[in-house]
Amino acid sequence: MNEQLQPAVKALAGRFDASVSEFHGETTLMVPSEQLVAACQTLRDEFDFNLLESETAVDYWPQQEPRFHVVYQVYSLRGNLRLCLRVPVSGMHPSMPTIEGIYLNANWHEREIWDMFGIRFEGHSDLRRILMPYDWEGHPLRKDYPLGYEEVAFTFNVDEIDQGKPYAKE
Amino acid sequence: MTTVTEVSLDELRHLVSERAIAGETMLLNMGPQHPSTHGVLRLLLELDGELVINCIPDIGFLHTGIEKNMEAKTYEKAAVMTDRLDYLNNLGNNLVYCLAIEKLAELDVPPRAQVIRVLLTELQRISSHLVWLGTHALDLAAMSVFLYTFREREFILDIFEMVSGQRMMTTYFRQGGLWRDVPDEFEDAVRQFIRLFPRRIDEYESLLTKNPLFLERTRKIGIISGEDAIHWGVTGPPLRASGVAFDLRKAQPYSGYEQYDFVIPTQTDGDTYARYLVRMEEMRQSLRIVQQALDNLPGGPVRSDNRKYVPPPRSELATSMEAVIHHFKLWTEGFDLPKGAVYVPVESPRGELGVFLESDGGPKPYRVHWRTPSFVNLQALPLLAKGHLVADLVALIGTIDVVLGDVDR
Amino acid sequence: MGIEQKTADMGIVTMRLEQAVNWARTNAMWPMLFGLACCAIEMMAAQASNFDMSRFGMELMRASPRQSDLMIVAGRVSRKMAPVLRRLYDQMPAPKWVIAMGDCASCGGIFNNYAIVQGVDEVVPVDVYVAGCPPRPEALIHGILTLHEKVRGENLKKWA
Repeated sequence: MNEQLQPAVKALAGRFDASVSEFHGETTLMVPSEQLVAACQTLRDEFDFNLLESETAVDYWPQQEPRFHVVYQVYSLRGNLRLCLRVPVSGMHPSMPTIEGIYLNANWHEREIWDMFGIRFEGHSDLRRILMPYDWEGHPLRKDYPLGYEEVAFTFNVDEIDQGKPYAKE
Repeated sequence: MTTVTEVSLDELRHLVSERAIAGETMLLNMGPQHPSTHGVLRLLLELDGELVINCIPDIGFLHTGIEKNMEAKTYEKAAVMTDRLDYLNNLGNNLVYCLAIEKLAELDVPPRAQVIRVLLTELQRISSHLVWLGTHALDLAAMSVFLYTFREREFILDIFEMVSGQRMMTTYFRQGGLWRDVPDEFEDAVRQFIRLFPRRIDEYESLLTKNPLFLERTRKIGIISGEDAIHWGVTGPPLRASGVAFDLRKAQPYSGYEQYDFVIPTQTDGDTYARYLVRMEEMRQSLRIVQQALDNLPGGPVRSDNRKYVPPPRSELATSMEAVIHHFKLWTEGFDLPKGAVYVPVESPRGELGVFLESDGGPKPYRVHWRTPSFVNLQALPLLAKGHLVADLVALIGTIDVVLGDVDR
Repeated sequence: MGIEQKTADMGIVTMRLEQAVNWARTNAMWPMLFGLACCAIEMMAAQASNFDMSRFGMELMRASPRQSDLMIVAGRVSRKMAPVLRRLYDQMPAPKWVIAMGDCASCGGIFNNYAIVQGVDEVVPVDVYVAGCPPRPEALIHGILTLHEKVRGENLKKWA
């Protein structure tokens, strides 16, 4: 681990009971969701991690505990340091606090996570679908959501598929 | 066919100001099909006459489900989809995907492949900036610049076609290196391009840089300070034009970028004109890198020979049994990456492009997330557009350099 | 044969009304700007100076559907965009033609999933399909010339 990361990691591990792990030179802190806002505030104000690079989620279905991990990548411009935070979330309709107040660009990232995974963010100013149409049902990037592909047409089934497809008339 | 559902204004009430509900200001839809939105971007504008009070982007009209589709394909097959994300930076997308796989698999890339990767990525950067310049100038009514930049772009596309057979969606970078070695005519073609391009940039600059009409339309339009840019996560030329010298090629070099001598251009004004100057200078610096890469091109193989991840060349199949077994495994099931997650960022022409790749030990990516620069930069558009005219909005969309494939994935 | 020779010498040309109308339609067919994704870049390259489309009569790309004849659907059509596409097609005045440019518009391309309409002919009736991912500008021009041939053989009653 980069020695310059040590103070931030130690502070977070101590204050917010975060567990630390390292993989291929990247440091990851597992933070419980109640402590997330406080941890991000500390990171931004005390340790100058001022850029939220990325926020995404991973679905571990059919494992239920936890079902999702929300992954944050924060970056410090001055120190050229990157830290990864992971927050475990569970349940069919999970929810967790938003960090929109700390990092402004989390707004659209969290809308996308709501759209694709169905994780609600409490306190978000404008949580609605961003990539899918407004009336879409379901959350596409969940593992139990089907890919929705059309059957590949070979000679033996091409007529069948043709009849099933809605072709446009004038 | 999807049915059209009417969404009432009540659900969007919190987005617009009180004056709009009262009817004082006008709500205008700058719809998904518009000549200046550079793709299918929908903007809901709240206007007071011609002045923009608020601008709400509505995206998702090009959502392709690439992240979910990549989970259903093996790693090598999913690489084909990566070109089509940011369709002006095909090789850059390939590069970041291959870097992520190589980081997880701890795969070594031979030096010749690294240098050619840098060379082609910089050519791709020049080509992307040429399209930006052409369309930006076209929106501001300088139509001849569009024709000139597309003429230059054809040279670069000819080089890509010579190398990989395809003009745009090349998928030339694969895990472990390149798909195949560059042909003999490559060096001459690149030298010819290096010889003719600087004068062409001078030509564009003579048309635009001191042009009073261009200055009138771009000076003091869309000013964003460095602080605001960092808060909104804006990276790339918009950030560098606001004074923050952050470029991933210098901060966290990848693929051998630390060996090249180039400058990161920055400006301090933070307006549209500053972003224009930054990108023009970036084109010159990219050409410098291309020249250095071509002069120092080492010999050797272009792909790693770790047969667990890289298929053997066909000539070996006739003589070696292990080669046949590796070939069979790699082309049917695909290779397995060890369990774990990595995040790899690179500098694309639009900003920071990052791949978050999580593997569960199987042959297909468990989760691929693309942190795309246009998605994050577009969030800052309402901030840039407040207080400007509708005509300036056109310049602003061009200056952030949005590519909707990047935004919607 | 003889009388046509005579009239031609006098500077008079005779043809069927259908031929004249179709000839006029092909020679000044204005496409609508409907570039969606990667194919749009190749469409722009086809309009630029290397593979000039203006020599076939397509001098400008009109952004307004009310003023265009040809809709080149260039790029992948997502489920959110499909109603918009249909509405724009309905807004175009007859006679109108559609070219599905690229694999994604023709059949869904490499994206066989929940988000992409598998072939734009589910939404609008297509006249010419141009294959490629993206098709070269020459391929697009070939598609346009194929459409011109189709239009030259059209019956007047089709758009009457």
